[in-house]
Amino acid sequence: MTEWINVIVQGVLIGGLYAMFAAGLSLIFGIMRLVNIAHGDLIVLAAYIALVTATTLGLNPIVALVIVVPVMAALGYVLQRFLLNRTLGDDLLSPLLVTFGLSVIIQNGLLELFTADSRRLQAGAIEVATIPVIQGISIGMLPLLQFTLAVVVIAGMQFVFYRTALGRAFRATSDDPAVAQLMGLDNRHVFALGMALSLAIVAIAGVLLAVRTNFDPAIGPARLIFGFEAVIIGGLGSLWGTLCGGILLGVAQGIGAHIDPGWQMLAGHLAFLLVLAVRPEGLFPKIH
Amino acid sequence: MAIRARVVFMDWSSRLGLMVFLSVLAALALAPYWAGRQDLRLLAEIYAYVALASAWNLLAGYAGLVSVGQHAYVGLGGYLLFSLTMFAAIPPLWAVPLVGVLAAAISIPVATLVFRLRGHYFAIGTWVVAEVFRLIAAQVSVLGGGSGTSLPAGIVISIAATRETREFLVYWTALALAVLVLGLIVALLRSRYGLALTAIRDNEIAALSSGVGVRRVKVVVYVTTAFCTAMVGAVIFLQKLRISPDAAFSINDWTAFVIFITVIGGVGRIEGPIAGTVIFFLLRQLFADLGSLYLLMLGAVAIVIMLKAPRGVWGLVADRFGLQIFPLQRRVAEKIGPAGRTS
Repeated sequence: MTEWINVIVQGVLIGGLYAMFAAGLSLIFGIMRLVNIAHGDLIVLAAYIALVTATTLGLNPIVALVIVVPVMAALGYVLQRFLLNRTLGDDLLSPLLVTFGLSVIIQNGLLELFTADSRRLQAGAIEVATIPVIQGISIGMLPLLQFTLAVVVIAGMQFVFYRTALGRAFRATSDDPAVAQLMGLDNRHVFALGMALSLAIVAIAGVLLAVRTNFDPAIGPARLIFGFEAVIIGGLGSLWGTLCGGILLGVAQGIGAHIDPGWQMLAGHLAFLLVLAVRPEGLFPKIH
Repeated sequence: MAIRARVVFMDWSSRLGLMVFLSVLAALALAPYWAGRQDLRLLAEIYAYVALASAWNLLAGYAGLVSVGQHAYVGLGGYLLFSLTMFAAIPPLWAVPLVGVLAAAISIPVATLVFRLRGHYFAIGTWVVAEVFRLIAAQVSVLGGGSGTSLPAGIVISIAATRETREFLVYWTALALAVLVLGLIVALLRSRYGLALTAIRDNEIAALSSGVGVRRVKVVVYVTTAFCTAMVGAVIFLQKLRISPDAAFSINDWTAFVIFITVIGGVGRIEGPIAGTVIFFLLRQLFADLGSLYLLMLGAVAIVIMLKAPRGVWGLVADRFGLQIFPLQRRVAEKIGPAGRTS
């Protein structure tokens, strides 16, 4: 019994990380109807930037966030402003193919620079620290920190989206880009800010991923898929729904892995397909 | 006297183009008698990419269903071929069309699932399907699980007794399949579905309100693509004689390359994938030694083409000179004749 509770608790905690993969993805989809296929590879890129900063400056990876987050945000702004904005429009093909090309470029660029070896970020004592809850169940400090950060990030996004001028600009361009422009918003700038915010979250997700597991240049696409599944399970347009989606995905993978290690990924995908089959609008769709 | 309109497909360039195409085809069909072993392998690989890229082009370029998960059907085709020959004792070459039919049947329930996702999310949904197929293939222990399996020697010999004949047969199968896929796509585009697809591409809502069964047309295209892609997958692994989940469901080999080929050649034109494949293999012969840098370069080229010349290389050439090799474009030929008789 405690074994299963443990599986579920660990699944919930990793769900926070998946929700963070998903948050950046659903943010830009919400603002500019763009699905960034390179999203997962950007998470891995952030992990490598953290690796370089942490090793060259001798920083703790968590502290390295101070550098990685602004770097990724700046990259996001530039990427959107000078490349991705050109692809927006009625045509579906162009943004998908450009971000797909970007994904291949990032993967192979990282492969060229860092080889295919697995890397890991060392975060020190926090990695092994645990809090015993009851007999047989203990929660690792690191997963707990990740989950808390995920909740904070989502709450922060909720705040930005609904309580600030920037959020109003995001919602306005999302609702009607033409009218937003008439009201004096520069859509290209707003979109670029959206991507900057998305990649700032990607940076946090990337560092947390790198501290938690081994990573190599090829793991990006799977992270994109996890994020995407969390978005669809949770329901489009709902940030707290996305968190629930991430948790469900994490729990499904945990249960799968507990039955047979080969079933970990498959169980997650099957949970996603099941939701798609019986409730395609997601479990917690935003009510308009 | 009344003016009667007649729809024609052929023009001077397609008459000439088809003649050139048929001559090249005849030369290629005789390749076993003039080309070396390595050349035959390379040519068969080229045919596979022409067929895969043409199928993807039909899906993404004509029906607007941008899939990044077509490696699902390449891998499925390969695994179905191995299963049918190993467990149902079906002769390998006969198994190829059967693989297509089975994959088409499997693609119908898959379509009902992934069609619930709109636009961009459809793309990632197809990717998830490919992942699911790969993970399931890795669980099938009779087919070698995660490490894969080789086609048993008895089955290999059953294709033909000598290695040379065997390679010739597989070569001709690959060529015939590429021609079949191209022919199927041309036939589909010249049928009512082709008109419906053009209408959907120009304006989906207008097409819907004019009575085009948008969803049905898209399902037909998706299933046709699965049928073609799986047969190509079957022939690819019939040539390799060995299959593993990572090779069969490789996104780089069967989706990334295929997408780049189509984009570079020209999306939404039947000649595009052919031109793209030729360019792709030329680039590969020149730069393949670069390894991952080559892929990086290919990605960059595809992005530049998408932004600067979205109609691709063939689009640039064809629009300049008004060329079309395959007679697809409908033109109205006016003809003055007696009224009352309809043709």
